[in-house]
Amino acid sequence: MKNIIKIAWRNLMRYKRRTLLTSSLITIGVALVIVFSGIGNSFKSEVIGIITNSNLGDMQIHKKGYVGSIDNLPLDLTVTENNLQKIESALAKYPQIKAQTTRIRFGGMISNYVQTTSMRFTAVDPAMESKTCTALTGRIKEGDNGSDTFVAPGALVIPINIASGLGLKIGSEVVLVATNKDGSVNGMSFKISGISENILGPQGKDGYMHIKDARELLRIEDGSITEMAIKLNDLSAMSKVVGSLKKDLEQIKDEVTGKPVLEIHSWEELSPFASIAKIVTLLILVVRIVLISIVLISILNVMMMSVYERIGEIGTIASIGTPPIKILALFLTEGLLLGFFSAMTGNIIGAGILTVIRITKLNFIFGNMQIVLSPEIPANEIIMTVAIVILISAAASLQPAIKASKMEPVEALRHV
Amino acid sequence: MNLVVLENTKKNYRSGEIEVPALKGLNLELEAGKFISFVGPSGSGKTTLLNLIGCLDQPTEGKIFVDGTEVSGMNRKDSAKFRGDKIGFIFQNFNLIPVLTVYENIEYPLIMVQNVPAPERKTRIDQLLAKVGMTDQKDKYPAQLSGGQKQRVAVARALVTQPKIVLADEPTANLDHATAFKVINLMHEMKNEFDASFIFATHDLKVVGEADIVYTMEDGQITKTEKRGE
Repeated sequence: MKNIIKIAWRNLMRYKRRTLLTSSLITIGVALVIVFSGIGNSFKSEVIGIITNSNLGDMQIHKKGYVGSIDNLPLDLTVTENNLQKIESALAKYPQIKAQTTRIRFGGMISNYVQTTSMRFTAVDPAMESKTCTALTGRIKEGDNGSDTFVAPGALVIPINIASGLGLKIGSEVVLVATNKDGSVNGMSFKISGISENILGPQGKDGYMHIKDARELLRIEDGSITEMAIKLNDLSAMSKVVGSLKKDLEQIKDEVTGKPVLEIHSWEELSPFASIAKIVTLLILVVRIVLISIVLISILNVMMMSVYERIGEIGTIASIGTPPIKILALFLTEGLLLGFFSAMTGNIIGAGILTVIRITKLNFIFGNMQIVLSPEIPANEIIMTVAIVILISAAASLQPAIKASKMEPVEALRHV
Repeated sequence: MNLVVLENTKKNYRSGEIEVPALKGLNLELEAGKFISFVGPSGSGKTTLLNLIGCLDQPTEGKIFVDGTEVSGMNRKDSAKFRGDKIGFIFQNFNLIPVLTVYENIEYPLIMVQNVPAPERKTRIDQLLAKVGMTDQKDKYPAQLSGGQKQRVAVARALVTQPKIVLADEPTANLDHATAFKVINLMHEMKNEFDASFIFATHDLKVVGEADIVYTMEDGQITKTEKRGE
């Protein structure tokens, strides 16, 4: 084998310019896959991190049918206090769960006594919410952004465009009017305690308040909620936890109908960004397919030329008595060496570019989000790329190698 | 025992729709340990005959025996093994492997064909390098050698596997007069030294002059046999 590798390597070096050009093409392709994959995955995790850590959580539990009507934030589809206790005991079995928070979400009208506008509110326990959505308080740009205190009873956090529109500042007094589930309207006065970035919901009209105030305003006398958000220790465990929790929650049934009353959704089912994330994944796949094509065409081309140019030489080694399998191995090894070293060089260059991007903390604005790219060197991608390139190199070299091994020596010698 | 036996051997080539006979029912017995030359004009069938003896090609009809083995009808794998074990080749264009040094070219059949262990390889190659006078050039590549030097390396490569027969197709055609003469002398010495039979296809009168037996071929048949020293 050592001698086959030696001869194959020297044959590659024999046509330096051609080998270098082909190798460069594969190297650039591999580097592109590594860089694109690193940046794409970094972008995805950064945005997913912002979305899940700001307000969504990694997954959410609701009463069945709630997500279907989530645009209306219905108050008649609540999780009862009794069922909430059952959920909490089910969640206690999962060490993968880092934190959870209960919420009441509703729509209302906010007024500064001169102007009125509609808003959506998420009523929370600030301590529980901060543990579940760890980046939330960081987005409160004015006022109290303490993790346990960012919304106290009697206070509201509103987004910056509502604050500007209504001319509200920290300490401004407002009236909030909302309709409860029975259809009656109630109003309460609040003070603005925080002004947040606009990213927290559609049109930047999502605000926060204390859950006790929501119960009073909406006249919810028991401990029912509309939503439970859950944070995992590691997002990669999400599918497994969602799948398992789904089965557990199916055991919580309506006392009258005997049917399951709860539903669980991952962030992917709740955020439109999941589609963008899928597109990014698809683009990485497309780049991989382009790489495969580059490797296939380049190596096939080089090896076909190599066989054609060396027909006489093949005749010589065949006439000396080289077994056809060793002639096949010689040409196959040539293609594999070309693919392997090009892939390794491409990986090194790709990893180098990703390191530079990480060190320079490349950043840009995506929507309202400030994205700081911090790409990891994708170890799996590197292994997979090398494996793909080797596999495709072997496939591309196989036909020319078989052709070489099947040449009749007497025919081949005539080409000398 | 005869080293090579041909029984009513025919070889036809197809040229478009037409079958062209290259050998027309040859019956021939070649003795071992001789310097045998086939001469004749181009197209007389010399190279075809050498290709058949060397198991590089198959006859259209008839049987061929080399060193007691029937080689007509052998499959590709077996004929490759047979060539590697029993036959050495010397070509008109030397046909050295350009990416290998002189030493590695001679070593090639021992590694890739016969799997000879390293110490024995070294002994054989050093011995042959000395005999063909190429010890000083052993690290050079073919492109750095003259035609005569290349052919000496080719002779060494042909003999390193200790073959029964060395087939040489126009081995001096690309050499000048003086070099050709030296190469022929070298092959003569090697024949005696290694007890191998040399079979040539040639136009070169220098080669013919050194042969023990000269067969003249015309139109796919042997028209004259001349045995020297009898």
